[in-house]
Amino acid sequence: MSPVPPKTRSSGSRRMRLRGLLRKEALQILRDPSSIAIAFVMPLILLLLFGYGISLDAKRIPVDFVVENPTAETASFEASFGNSPYFIPHRVPDRQTAEDDLVAGRASAVIVLRSDFSRRLHDPRGAPIQLLVNGTDANTARLATGYVDGAWQAWLTQLARDRGVDLVAPVTIEQRIWFNAAVRSRNFLVPGLIAIIMTLIGALLTALVIAREWERGTMEALLVTPVSTTELLLGKLIPYFVLGMGGMILSVAMAILLFDVPFRGSFPVLTIASALFLLAALGMGLLISTISKNQFVAGQIAIIVTFLPAFILSGFLFDIQSMPPIVQWITHVIAARYFVAILQTSFLAGNVWSIILPNAVALAVMASFFLGLTKHKTLKRLE
Amino acid sequence: MSSAAEVVSASETLAVEATGIRKSFGAGETRVLALHEFDTTIRRGRITGLVGPDGAGKTTFLRMIAGLLLPEAGELSVLGVDATRDPERLRGRVGYMPQRFGLYEDLTVAENLDLYADLHGLPIDEREARYAELMEFTGLDAFRSRLAGRLSGGMKQKLGLACTLVHPPELLLLDEPSVGVDPVSRRELWQIVVRLSGGGMTVVWSTAYQDEAERCSEVIVLYEGQRLAEGRPADLIDPVRGRAFGLPVSPADRRRAARRAKSIPGILDAVVQGRTVRILLAEGVSPPDPSELLPGADDLPEHFTPALPRFEDAFVALLREREESDGSARESIDPEHGEPSKEGDEARAEAGMAPAGGTTRSDVIEIRHLTRVFGDFRAVDDVTFSVARGEIFGLLGPNGAGKSTTFRMLCGLLPPTSGEARVLGIDLRRSAPRARARIGYMSQKFSLYGVLNVRQNLRFFGGAYGLMGAHREARIDWALDAFELRELAGRTSEDLPLGYKQRLALAAALLHEPEILFLDEPTSGVAPLTRREFWDRINALAESGVTVLVTTHFLDEAEYCDRVGIIYRGHLIALGSPDELKDRYRRPGEPDPTLDDTFVALIEAHQREHPE
Repeated sequence: MSPVPPKTRSSGSRRMRLRGLLRKEALQILRDPSSIAIAFVMPLILLLLFGYGISLDAKRIPVDFVVENPTAETASFEASFGNSPYFIPHRVPDRQTAEDDLVAGRASAVIVLRSDFSRRLHDPRGAPIQLLVNGTDANTARLATGYVDGAWQAWLTQLARDRGVDLVAPVTIEQRIWFNAAVRSRNFLVPGLIAIIMTLIGALLTALVIAREWERGTMEALLVTPVSTTELLLGKLIPYFVLGMGGMILSVAMAILLFDVPFRGSFPVLTIASALFLLAALGMGLLISTISKNQFVAGQIAIIVTFLPAFILSGFLFDIQSMPPIVQWITHVIAARYFVAILQTSFLAGNVWSIILPNAVALAVMASFFLGLTKHKTLKRLE
Repeated sequence: MSSAAEVVSASETLAVEATGIRKSFGAGETRVLALHEFDTTIRRGRITGLVGPDGAGKTTFLRMIAGLLLPEAGELSVLGVDATRDPERLRGRVGYMPQRFGLYEDLTVAENLDLYADLHGLPIDEREARYAELMEFTGLDAFRSRLAGRLSGGMKQKLGLACTLVHPPELLLLDEPSVGVDPVSRRELWQIVVRLSGGGMTVVWSTAYQDEAERCSEVIVLYEGQRLAEGRPADLIDPVRGRAFGLPVSPADRRRAARRAKSIPGILDAVVQGRTVRILLAEGVSPPDPSELLPGADDLPEHFTPALPRFEDAFVALLREREESDGSARESIDPEHGEPSKEGDEARAEAGMAPAGGTTRSDVIEIRHLTRVFGDFRAVDDVTFSVARGEIFGLLGPNGAGKSTTFRMLCGLLPPTSGEARVLGIDLRRSAPRARARIGYMSQKFSLYGVLNVRQNLRFFGGAYGLMGAHREARIDWALDAFELRELAGRTSEDLPLGYKQRLALAAALLHEPEILFLDEPTSGVAPLTRREFWDRINALAESGVTVLVTTHFLDEAEYCDRVGIIYRGHLIALGSPDELKDRYRRPGEPDPTLDDTFVALIEAHQREHPE
């Protein structure tokens, strides 16, 4: 066998190289099920776990009732709580017991009806009830306050109607909640969750595969062939992009079919936005992989720099507007932030271009940044 | 694309020209100079051996030639191209097979070939013919649809080479292609490379094996990042011609004789080789009287007989000269080991061991019909042998033959599927922990905690073996003195040079005064002097009654053993002293076969009897 001069620059051989890399990657994906598990099993498990596990709706709040002087009115008021899906009322003999319950966590709220409750009910100044809530869980506390307030108003109205008189109520607030009329927290949590899951999948898929080539010594062999860095990166990007989009389809289908989240936007818009986001996430994974060259380290970094910030800073759980200004500023580098906004809008509101467009542009910028940086970092060298 | 204008006259004959190359890794205190002031040339159309121990800079230099690393300083011209400025222009002209062959283990043989054919832009219509040629070269035709991960070490190596040759390069770089591969495959690979070279290809073959170096047309000897020597192997051996001698000695005396020989001025090197003690003399020195080695011994031959000089002799001589000119003796051998005649308990005391309490030649390791099955794979198949107290027994075989599995069973780490294994009379199936307390184990990777310093490592291993309080401190003191580690006691172990790491690992394995010492590939890739120093210690231990079991694929190392068992594909295919095995294959055409020749003959016989 004698040496043959190389042919490297024609577009035909470029296509051949890319095709070779793609076929290799596809075969590896099919034979090593770990990538498929990341793309399809992980969203399945995470969506089921978080979709059913996280709920910001307060239901069945345990409430202690202290009634100092039981009358027909107090019984009626108490009974109105028993009928509500939000409360589990529990009668206790005195304040001291109620306070103990509150401290011990057996009750989230305490309602005290003073001995003059029935008498003052007819007083124009009104009959005050005392509400004590456990403020350690601020979210539940706020919800409990709101619900008790609502239940009190409803009971008063009902009472007045029963007696055929109008109560003195100069202004009444009539609430109407848009986009999520039932205020089901799942309706905005699940779309946000999809963004978090796709962040993790996107980064993990690529973070592991380039590191694997380094670990097994195959990267060294690839680097001495005429393959270019662009071909090398495309050879990794395309197969995992397809896998990632598959995971995305699965997640959206689960959201709509399993969790009954309404979808009001358009699928083509969602597809484009998802593609942009996935490119950013895969790009981040490629960058991690290129730098760390070790599967274990790459996996750890991927979780720490993508999943955790996305969870906390994307606006999926915590409202970005209420964060301190510095933290708000930091959220701008989290790709999931833009994707959460697009997803929540698409699912709950529809094609609101003023939200979708700027966020999509931000995703495109991030995708090109990460992919560009990866290309820059992937020298055809070992250092 | 090489333009004709680029090709200057020197590059007509030279494939590689390196001047003043420097390369370091890491930063600050941990900075390591991989290559410095390194000059060399590699001629076209030859097989050039890049020889040196691990860490000498071989891989670094090959990667530089392949354009995968850039030198920090110096000039490097490869095939007429400036490799420091324009490495991209070498793609496709330089073929490089990395140490792990660069194969995708979850792809089949054919798919691996297809991938590299695609990457090299080999036209589809040329492929069948090229593949056929490569399959004929490598004998892999029957395995085209087998996953690369399920090939044997030798076949992987050939497939790795085939992938590199899909597009035949002008310059072929092979990084330690023969490590851990059985000797038959090693020879086949060598023949393939010779054919390639005959076709005009330039080949650079890096190796730590001295016998491979001897076969190359030219050799570059690398040591600690510098060129120690360069030239034709015969020319390098020339200076030591007439300086190597052998003396047949009775088996009981040969280790003592070798030890004694080292303390005689003018003897650069003395090793046990089968039934003889082989010495290398300094320049202009004549061989000593045999009685100097073994005073008072009768039936000694009157003279040393001249022995054929080998490449390793040249290497050892070069290193000794270098030590002298440096005035440093960093790998010097403990002079105490040269003291004459220390027997039994005295030698035991020297090695820091408790008296053996009776030196009956009882078998301390007994294995009968030992078998271990993983799924449908018989990793160890009906192996039977025994080892006597104070014996050095070698288990020889390529990677994947079943050496490590046998070892793990003997250490009580893996239960046998069937058969019997007794260590010190203890049945390993019943009370492995009791046996383990009396066994010392040192692995190839040294199993040290890299972030702990020398003393901390010793303290940890002492504690792990149940040593406590003053006794542990006393043993640590012994280890620091006996292994000359006291000055380094505060150094973190990952910063130690390879030879010191090895010492520390051996010290850690000996802290609890084990009766049996297991050594797993203890000196692969270690420089010859370090290897000698290591074996001096092992020999002293064996003389004091410690039984030593060692696995190796390094045939030189097997020569140090009293007896060896050759394992191939799970079977024990031969058992005996190195000389007995060689005797079996001594024939008129081959009066002095090496252990390697014997090994090859054994494997070929085995393959004839058990075709796959």
